Amino acid sequence: MSALPSVWSDIAAPLLVDNVDTDAIIPSREMRSTGRDGLADGLFAPWRYSDADARIENPEFVLNQSEFRDTSILLGGANFGCGSSREHAVWALSEWGIRAIVAESFAPIFHGNCIRNFILPITLERAALEQLAGEEITIDLAGQSVTREELSHTFDIDPEAKQMLLEGLDAIDLTLTQASEIESWTAADRAARPWVYLEHSA
Amino acid sequence: MPRTLFEKIWDTHLVGKTKAGASLIAIDRVFLHERTGAAALGNMAEKGRTVRDPSRVFAVMDHIVDTRPGRGDGTLMPGGEQFITETRAACQKAGITLFDVNDRDQGIVHVISPELGVVLPGVTLVAPDSHTCTQGAFGALAWGIGSSEAEHAMVTGVLRLKKPKTMRVRFGGSLSPGVTAKDMALHMIAAYSAGGGAGHAVEFAGEAVEALDMEGRMTLCNMATEFGAMAGFVAPDHKAFHWLAGKRFAPADFEDPYWADLRSDDGAHFDKEIVIDASAIAPMVSWGTSPEQAIAVDGTIPQGPERVHDYIALDQGQTLAGTPIDVAFLGSCTNSRIGDLRRAAAILEGRKIAPSIKKAMVVPGSLRVKRQAEAEGLDKIFEAAGFEWRMSGCSLCFYAGGEGFPEGSRTISSTNRNFEGRQGPGIRTHIASPETVAASAIAGAISDPRELMREEVSA
Ligand code: SF4
Repeated sequence: MSALPSVWSDIAAPLLVDNVDTDAIIPSREMRSTGRDGLADGLFAPWRYSDADARIENPEFVLNQSEFRDTSILLGGANFGCGSSREHAVWALSEWGIRAIVAESFAPIFHGNCIRNFILPITLERAALEQLAGEEITIDLAGQSVTREELSHTFDIDPEAKQMLLEGLDAIDLTLTQASEIESWTAADRAARPWVYLEHSA
Repeated sequence: MPRTLFEKIWDTHLVGKTKAGASLIAIDRVFLHERTGAAALGNMAEKGRTVRDPSRVFAVMDHIVDTRPGRGDGTLMPGGEQFITETRAACQKAGITLFDVNDRDQGIVHVISPELGVVLPGVTLVAPDSHTCTQGAFGALAWGIGSSEAEHAMVTGVLRLKKPKTMRVRFGGSLSPGVTAKDMALHMIAAYSAGGGAGHAVEFAGEAVEALDMEGRMTLCNMATEFGAMAGFVAPDHKAFHWLAGKRFAPADFEDPYWADLRSDDGAHFDKEIVIDASAIAPMVSWGTSPEQAIAVDGTIPQGPERVHDYIALDQGQTLAGTPIDVAFLGSCTNSRIGDLRRAAAILEGRKIAPSIKKAMVVPGSLRVKRQAEAEGLDKIFEAAGFEWRMSGCSLCFYAGGEGFPEGSRTISSTNRNFEGRQGPGIRTHIASPETVAASAIAGAISDPRELMREEVSA
C-alpha cells in the first residue's frame, strides 16, 4: 500500500449497480485466512464466476472483459460497499489493482476502509457516472476533478483524507504524534468519568 | 445553545483536532470478534504495537464458531479453526478479555456486550462489525468500523473522524398488536432507502420508541446500518439504566449527572428530521435483495431492478403472503434475545412447522439467552414444533462457507440482510420479525403473524 499519484488516467470500468454490498465484493467463503493477502482471487466471486468452485469466469461481468481487466478505476452506483464491515472487501479490490472508485454514494464503513487502504472514493452524480462509463478518464486528486476529454467534474474530499491519500500516511503513526494530547485528555477524563476505566473491576 | 444527544457525547469525547481539521474522538470500548478481530490484532503485533488500555478491549468467538451442540474449535468453514485459534492466541498476547467458544458469557458480540455491561449510556464503543450500532439502544455512540480502524482505536485510544450530520427519526403513535421493532426498522428503510441515513448519526425518538423495551430498541438500532447511518441510538431512560445496573462491567447505579443529561435538549437542531406514524406500520417482509426492498406482508411486490426479480424469482404484482418457503431461521443480533424467542415460542406452542419445511433452526443470541430459554422450557416448544435448538453464535445469519441451507432455498429469516448469497449460494432470503418467521414456518409459506395471533385470541 502506498500513496496515490496526484493525477492519473485509466479506463473507467462500469459497475453501475446500486447497493453493491461487501458480501458481493468478497463473499464470506472466500475469506479463507485471517490475513489480508490472496483475496483478489475471490473478488466479486458471485458475479465474476459462473461457477465459483471451478473458477469458471462469467464473460459478461465487467472485470472479465479485456478492456477493463487491468484498470485501476471502478464505477459504482448508490450506497456502494454497504453491508458487512469486512475490510477484506477493500483489501481484495486493492490487491486486484483498484485505486479509485467513483460512485453515486458510499456506505460509511467502506468509505473509511478505502481511505485507510489508499483507494480513492469519489462521489459523483449518476448522470456524470454514465458519461464516464467505459471511457478513458483522468483523476486529479490534488485538483479534485475527474475529466474525460472536455468534460470535467469536480468532487469533494475531506482535507484529512486527501492528505492521507496523497502522502501515503499511516494513520496510527500520525495520531501518535499527538500522544501527549491524548494522555492529558485521558487524565482529565479519568477524573470526570471514572466509571469508564475498568482496570480495577475486571 | 441546545445540543442533541449526539453532540453531547461527541463533545465529551473530543480530544483535539488533527492538522487537516479532523476530530480526535476518544474511544471508551472496543469489541472484537474472530472474523475481523484477528486481522486487527495480527497487524498490530506485526508492527510491534500494543493495546493502550487492554482492560477496555474485549473479544468474542461468535462468527465462525460452530453452533451445533458439543462444539469445540472445529467448524465446518474451511480454514475456520485457524480464525479461532489465531484470535485466541492474539487476545492472550494483547492481554484483552476474551469470551471463548464455550465461555458461559459467549454469544453474538452485540448481544453479550449489553448483557455484560460493556456498553454503557454515553460511552463511545466501536467494533469491526457493521451492526455495532445495535448497542446504541442504551444511549451509547456505538458504530462499526474496519479492522484498520479497530487497530487504530486499540493502539491510540482515539479515532480520527469527520463529524457526521445529525438526524432524528420520530416514531409517533403506537404499534398495532403483532407489529414489532423489526417492522419499524424495515418500514423506515423501505420508505427512505438503504442509503437514507447516509452521513448521519441517527437518534430514534417518539412515543413508539419510548414504549419499546430494551430488546426492541436494540432491534431497531441494529438496523441503522442497513439505513446507511453511521450510528443509531435512543436516549437512555430508566429502562436502559435499570437494564444495565450491576451487570459485570457496569456500575451498580447510574447516579452521576453525566447520565441524567444524556438526551437532546428542547430546541436542539437536527440536520434532518423524519416523522413516521407507528400506528400505520404492518408486519414487514423483504421481497428483494436489499433491506429497502421490503413491503407489508399482505402487500404486492413492486417493480424492482430486473436482476433482483431474477435472483429472488418473484415478479412484480405477486403477493408475498402465500409464497412457499423451504427454510426458517430464528437468530442473529437483530432478533435472538429472550423476548424474541418467547414471542416466537408463543406462536409455535402446540403447533408444528409445515412438512414442506426442509430446515428450521433457532440460534439463541448468547449462551445466557440459551440458559434462560431452557429454564423457561422454550427449547422444548421449539423442538416439539420441529425447530433445531442450537448453541449461540452468528450461524446462518451469514454463510461462512461451512454449514448451509440447501442451494437455492427460500428462507424466512429473523436476520438483517437479504443480500444475494448472504445465507449461501442462491439462497433467497426474506427478512422479517420472529413472529412472522414462526407463523410462516407453521404455514410453510410467508404468512401474516396477526392471523395466528387473532386465532389465539378467539380460541
Ligand atoms: S448475527 Fe449476523 S449481522 Fe449480527 S454480528 Fe453476526 S453475522 Fe453480523
